[in-house]
Amino acid sequence: MKRELLDRLLEARSAKRPLALITDLATGRQALFCDNKLSGDLGLGDDRVGSLRQAIAADRSGVLDGDDGLFVQVVNPPLRMVVVGAVHIAQTLAPMATLAGYEVTVVDPRRAWATAERFPGVTLTTEWPDDALAGLGLDRRCAVVTLTHDPKLDDPALAVALGSEAFYIGALGSKRTHGRRLERLRSRGFTKAELACIHGPIGLALGARSPAEIAISILAQVTQVLHQAPAPRSAEAAG
Amino acid sequence: MSSSKSPTEDDVLAQAAKWQDQGRQVALATVVATWGSSPRPVGSQLVVDQRNNMLGSVSGGCIEGAVVHEARQVMESGQPRVLEFGVSDEQAWEVGLACGGTVKVFVERLE
Repeated sequence: MKRELLDRLLEARSAKRPLALITDLATGRQALFCDNKLSGDLGLGDDRVGSLRQAIAADRSGVLDGDDGLFVQVVNPPLRMVVVGAVHIAQTLAPMATLAGYEVTVVDPRRAWATAERFPGVTLTTEWPDDALAGLGLDRRCAVVTLTHDPKLDDPALAVALGSEAFYIGALGSKRTHGRRLERLRSRGFTKAELACIHGPIGLALGARSPAEIAISILAQVTQVLHQAPAPRSAEAAG
Repeated sequence: MSSSKSPTEDDVLAQAAKWQDQGRQVALATVVATWGSSPRPVGSQLVVDQRNNMLGSVSGGCIEGAVVHEARQVMESGQPRVLEFGVSDEQAWEVGLACGGTVKVFVERLE
């Protein structure tokens, strides 16, 4: 790999731009695909651009168009998780999600909860959830998890999340709580189909009890949705 | 086929640049294909310098030794190589590739 290309890759990566590095495995020649432009010493036809875009969208590295000699390394911006509610479960979920590769932001306007002491090393914001989430620019690499049980905090966050490209939206609460939540959101104008995107009650059915176990069930479900794995039967509804 | 990178994986490329800045010879190894079970997905990377310092992984620790050995030669020649490691389940234990899978690893020099 040429150092110049590596520097360009590292620069694009730190600017959080999605990119792909294409390598001719026989010669070692390489091209960088970023911002819809190809650069480097490997010539590639424009007809490859569609496949490169697909690889980036699917976040899949591998051979290009079944051509064994061309390898595509996809480098996407980091996954993000927005946790609404600086509660006990969030204290265990935040470090677990960080280990799994997520940049975690915890949102809670209740300053007594959202403290650096309770969340060492985690990005905290005490903005109102809808403002906070709107400011974060949720994209398809984002997961949104609401944990407060409080309609004043959870509902506005869910409303913003439903209007975004976030790949995962989950809300903590019993079936009954979730049912009432869906009614409130329906009266805000969301359709049944839109509301079906919310995973509630949140998490895989692991029989989780402690906050850490509930965090595991949430992270497991987020992982499943991320990789579009088929849901095991009666997978929904844990806590 | 792989998916997202963990933070430590991101560090591999940054480390490659850092080591080169310190005047070291650097080679990069990347998993480009896997068959059967394999501990590290496609796209996983390992960086190694001429003193065998390394960061990252291309397996669960079983083929790294062989990859580092090849990487030394790639550092000298500048010729990239594709290595293939495949072992039967019987041999797997001895080589250390306990999963019995096959991996293809691309090794290149950082120019």
